[in-house]
Amino acid sequence: MRLRFPFTLPPFRFDRATRRLWKDLFMSVAALVCVAIALMPLVSILFEAGARGLQSIQPGLFLFDTRDGGIGNSIQGTLILVALSSGVALPVGILTGVYLAEFGKGRVGTGVRFFVDVMTQIPSIVVGIFAYSLILTLAFSGLVGTRLVFSTVTGVIALATIMIPFVARTSEEALRLVPISTREAALALGIPRHRTILRVVLPSSASGLITGALLGVARVAGETAPLLVTALGSLYGFSGLDQPIESLPHTIYTFGLSPSTAENQAAWGASLVLVLIMLTISIVSRVIVRLRSVSE
Amino acid sequence: MAVKIHVEGLSAWYGAKKAIQDIGMDFAEHEVTAIIGPSGCGKSTLIRCLNRMHETIPKARAEGKVLLDGEDIYELPAVTVRRQIGMVFQKANPFPTMSIYDNVAAGLRLNGERNRSKLDAGVLKSLKAAALWDEVKDSLDKGGAGLSGGQQQRLCIARALAVEPEVLLMDEPCSALDPIATAKIEDLIFDLKKGYTVVIVTHNMQQAARVADKTAFLYLGKLVEFKNTRDLFERPDQELTEKYITGRFG
Repeated sequence: MRLRFPFTLPPFRFDRATRRLWKDLFMSVAALVCVAIALMPLVSILFEAGARGLQSIQPGLFLFDTRDGGIGNSIQGTLILVALSSGVALPVGILTGVYLAEFGKGRVGTGVRFFVDVMTQIPSIVVGIFAYSLILTLAFSGLVGTRLVFSTVTGVIALATIMIPFVARTSEEALRLVPISTREAALALGIPRHRTILRVVLPSSASGLITGALLGVARVAGETAPLLVTALGSLYGFSGLDQPIESLPHTIYTFGLSPSTAENQAAWGASLVLVLIMLTISIVSRVIVRLRSVSE
Repeated sequence: MAVKIHVEGLSAWYGAKKAIQDIGMDFAEHEVTAIIGPSGCGKSTLIRCLNRMHETIPKARAEGKVLLDGEDIYELPAVTVRRQIGMVFQKANPFPTMSIYDNVAAGLRLNGERNRSKLDAGVLKSLKAAALWDEVKDSLDKGGAGLSGGQQQRLCIARALAVEPEVLLMDEPCSALDPIATAKIEDLIFDLKKGYTVVIVTHNMQQAARVADKTAFLYLGKLVEFKNTRDLFERPDQELTEKYITGRFG
């Protein structure tokens, strides 16, 4: 006898079999309630950002810079920050992943893995302060201009520092999924180890690597705290690597706290744009995984 | 028959555990040599020492001499050795992201061959040699993982043949296959010995009796007996061999 949830209640008897049905009913309801609780903030964020954001979506929002109440420079800034951080963090992160998966068997590997794990746990504001004080120290010692303290470069250092351990770990996991038999097949053909890794192992785990990279991108695209103390924010468009730069999360922060209702409204538009960017990235990564698994 | 591979005093370890001990034997050119023995007796370890695949396992090491045409393979670069001594594994392991064509061409391509017509010729020749050409000639661009188990194993044989080795090592190549696919591979092994020296590890004694010219019986990492297949199965010298082939242990 199988309970058909939620349409039938079990009979009000309490022999062993019926007790199980009641327990089953109770647990199913509890699980559903928990799912609803977990989804509530997500749905409400999407709904609020969608409903309120849509009202402020109009050409002016994208055409104007934050000085004039638009978010044109924020989108540009976020794209620049994310592109530059990815340019630094993806090669370093993926190569670290390759090291951990292919070579990091001994004590050094365990140590590196431990530190990478610790780095993924560091609060992002701490990473921001790190980038800030790094450049500040360099500026004090005269190696770089003091202007660089609040700049695109410092922001990129912070974001890349957040991204590297994340990408390293996801890459390592993706590479570990490639079976040893695949590596052995290549080695047994007389293919050198480095070429086995580059031409056989990395392509075999491409979908995992791409997913990890995109999730890393999504992660830093939404970071606010480290940018407050590094990239600072700007009312204008990109004006040089040594200049402060605006970003979407920072615009949401400043517009959201602004006394101007027009700017409050624009903050919702910026939120919607940011959510859509994240959503696109996560859908694209899923599509990539699906496409690659079908072709196999 | 000329000796192709000469093995002398070969021992191998996984960490502190000794897997094979002081093996000495000769593999004759253009013959099929089978290595039989119960699970864990060191059959796979032995053939993996013949093309230096043993050392790819962390903490594994080997000692002793393995001479290919009189040259010590442990003095040569490992990649050179592996190109001359190809290997087919227990479980078919085509490259999952590559097409049938690319799988066979992989060894040539990743060793630097770029000339398209040479690659085409190599792929054709190898697939024919592995008796797979007729079945896949219209689907060379399809994924290698989509083939049946027996076809995948023949694809792996074609891939190994494409780099034109002189010796082909086979580590229980039929243990995951049904009897029909097994028969195809066995026929293939019989044809292959004209052009190659074949060493096959098997836990299936009938298979050894069917395909091998010579058979070696390994037990607990030691070579117990090694002679003509027929003699080994009909007139074993050692009591241990007799017990094993009559199924009284193992």
